[in-house]
Amino acid sequence: MTRKRRRLYILMLCAIGLGSATALTLTAFQDNLVFFRSPSDIMAETPPQGRAFRLGGLVEAGSVVRDATYDGRPAITFRVTDGAHAIPVVFNGVLPDLFREGQGVVTQGVLGTDGTFRAREVLARHDETYMPPEVADALKRAGHWQPEAGAPPPPNQWNTLRGNQPAAPTPARTGS
Amino acid sequence: MIPEIGHFALIMALMLSVAQSVLPLWGAHRGDARLMATASPLAFAGLVAVGVGFGALVWSFVVNDTTVMNVVQNSHSAKPLIYKITGTWGNHEGSMVLWVLTLSICAAAVAGFGRDLPSGLKSRVLAVMGMISLGFLAFTLFTSNPFDRVWPPPPDGQGLNPLLQDIGLAIHPPLLYVGYVGYAVTFAFAVAALIEGRVDAAWGRWVRPWSLAAWAFLTMGIAIGSWWAYYELGWGGFWFWDPVENASLLPWLVGAALLHSAIVVEKREALKVWTVLLALLAFALSLLGTFLVRSGVLNSVHSFASDPARGVFILGLLAVYVAGAFALFAWRAPAMAPQGVFAPISREGGIVLNNLLLCSITAVVFVGTLYPLFLDLLTGQMISVGPPFYNMATAPLAFPLVVAMAMGPLMAWKRAAFWPVLQRLWWAACIALLAFILALVLGGWNALPALGFACGFWLLAGAVVDIGDRAGLGRTKLASVFNRARHLPRAAWGAAIAHAGMGVTILGISGMGLATERLIALPAGGTTQFAGYEWRLDGVRDFQGPNWTARKASITVLRDGQVQFVMEPSRRFFPVGRMTTTEAAIRTNLARDLYAVLGEERDGPTGQREAVLRLHHKPLAPWIWIGAGIMALGAGLSLSDRRVRIAAPNRRRREAEEAARAGATA
Repeated sequence: MTRKRRRLYILMLCAIGLGSATALTLTAFQDNLVFFRSPSDIMAETPPQGRAFRLGGLVEAGSVVRDATYDGRPAITFRVTDGAHAIPVVFNGVLPDLFREGQGVVTQGVLGTDGTFRAREVLARHDETYMPPEVADALKRAGHWQPEAGAPPPPNQWNTLRGNQPAAPTPARTGS
Repeated sequence: MIPEIGHFALIMALMLSVAQSVLPLWGAHRGDARLMATASPLAFAGLVAVGVGFGALVWSFVVNDTTVMNVVQNSHSAKPLIYKITGTWGNHEGSMVLWVLTLSICAAAVAGFGRDLPSGLKSRVLAVMGMISLGFLAFTLFTSNPFDRVWPPPPDGQGLNPLLQDIGLAIHPPLLYVGYVGYAVTFAFAVAALIEGRVDAAWGRWVRPWSLAAWAFLTMGIAIGSWWAYYELGWGGFWFWDPVENASLLPWLVGAALLHSAIVVEKREALKVWTVLLALLAFALSLLGTFLVRSGVLNSVHSFASDPARGVFILGLLAVYVAGAFALFAWRAPAMAPQGVFAPISREGGIVLNNLLLCSITAVVFVGTLYPLFLDLLTGQMISVGPPFYNMATAPLAFPLVVAMAMGPLMAWKRAAFWPVLQRLWWAACIALLAFILALVLGGWNALPALGFACGFWLLAGAVVDIGDRAGLGRTKLASVFNRARHLPRAAWGAAIAHAGMGVTILGISGMGLATERLIALPAGGTTQFAGYEWRLDGVRDFQGPNWTARKASITVLRDGQVQFVMEPSRRFFPVGRMTTTEAAIRTNLARDLYAVLGEERDGPTGQREAVLRLHHKPLAPWIWIGAGIMALGAGLSLSDRRVRIAAPNRRRREAEEAARAGATA
């Protein structure tokens, strides 16, 4: 085989490889992109039925019920808030270790017709002080945090905030 | 005092790396033997300096020196000694020092074992490694100094993140770093070759062991990370397609391509430009991984704390190294004329196909990992790309790769024919088909896992055919077949074993596809039937550990009324970090894993105290990591091959080459 033909052959193979990779990526993207929505987003615009998305915010203090039952299986219910609105969530499963009231959480699942979010996954973080970027963004959009004003107040206060009041001074944290 | 010595040693190392990046390069350019000869001593001195720095940091952790900020933030006197030591690299600052230390060890290895390297190439390689070292030392000292002091010293530290207090995560980062840094060496070889404008078989022989070693360590690192996630995070999965996981998978994929194409350079002096490009890409992706993990730009379950200043610095390093290397590539690559014309149906043709598919998979994973980031930057829209995307987009590319994997080694170099290869593989195909049908019937007609089983058996049988064929099975007497098999080159055994290891891993992953789970709340004494066993919760009690307290469930597993064993999943509470971790109980018999997780405790409907349990049945799960171990073993065996170990032209030939080169430049 001449060098020219070999080059043509390799170029064709590369084109096929790249083409199929692109085609696969695009088709897989179509069904499997998961959008992030905050409670305010859901209130503003009902997401399409049956389509999975991520709901993020803070676990509202006092909202966690650990001995609920859902679909005949043990379930946990809680509310996810961004300070402006809250969405009830039901989860059949074992919660990740870092799940706590008043802290940031990202859950993935679908919104039921009754307005309850059925979480299939509740995502864990390695670091308890870490705030998922989506949650930080949702809080900013809900008017609870101006990044220029400094670090966000501790997450256990977010759900007691209402409106655009400045954050209260941080009390010393006690064991949970 | 000790921390100051460590800090000073790192600053010394920075100075040494400046000298190492300039003097040998200039010497090689001018042909000045004395300047070139500075490369090795500078590399050794750099290793000593970084070693002292690392030692000082380990010392600060061991004696719990709370005047050091890093110790305060990541250690505690109540921690077991082993985790005080491993805690050194369980945090950002310390892990960067480990990164630089690994790089220094590799540079010293190139300096020490590279006596037979042409001196020009050797000094250029060491100079490029000096530049990489310079960048990372500057990053460590300017944005993440591990020796920052704190005054007044607090009475004790804040403790290491309990999830990291685990042997799996103690050895995972060093393995991964050796992998990443190994690609820094192949990168240095590629850049040196571009500067020289010359890639030959000898270059391929040098790059191959480094790419093999890097790939073997990366394989182990990824496998141990995945194993850790499986037993420590308690979610029962082994791979999340998480950005941080993908960050290590990307260089692994490109590294696997590099590993194969370097063989073509060595044997056939073809694919030279492509191999250089892969060497650049593998390190670029390693750096990108470092950037993604350290900067916190990606939303990940594994993310370290985000720090924009660090992210910008690494992005700068990435830009300088990668853009610099690619600019050099664009400028110099056309000078490297290809040789060794080959036919599409041949061993090298197979390797081209392998490279193409591996790179396509890399591209898909790359897009899936970075697309959300770009979308966020451009439109502010927050999305995530989940496992279904990756499964759907990579499986169609992985399937032909696996099919070709068993055929490639049977092809002859230069020119081969399909038919004889297929004829030798016909019984492997029969086994694969049988596995497919059996898995369909037994696995509840799940097509994808069944296809996985077929692929796994295809690879295993293909490896047997490969060795049998080389040993002359069916052509000569059995006794001489064994004799010949024993004396086959280790590289041939290595390749067959690594391919078989991939088959084993695929079997494990396919088994995971048939996994089942049950979530149930049981009172003490309650039982449930699951996976052919009867599970009885005997009770949940308190338990005291060295620096944690725990709630521990005791589950008796029975079969036909006979007690098989007791499983004790627990939830640990670490008072220092006020954190809880899940300790899953896992029982394996290699054919399947039984996996139990203790969840919440609650008051049940009848008023009795209940514990929520999650039980998993995971067929073949351990084979995922055993297969990865076999792959790394194969790479190691290949690495120990005499022909690879004596990885340079012998002295006389080298002298002849040097003379020829001197004649050419004169």
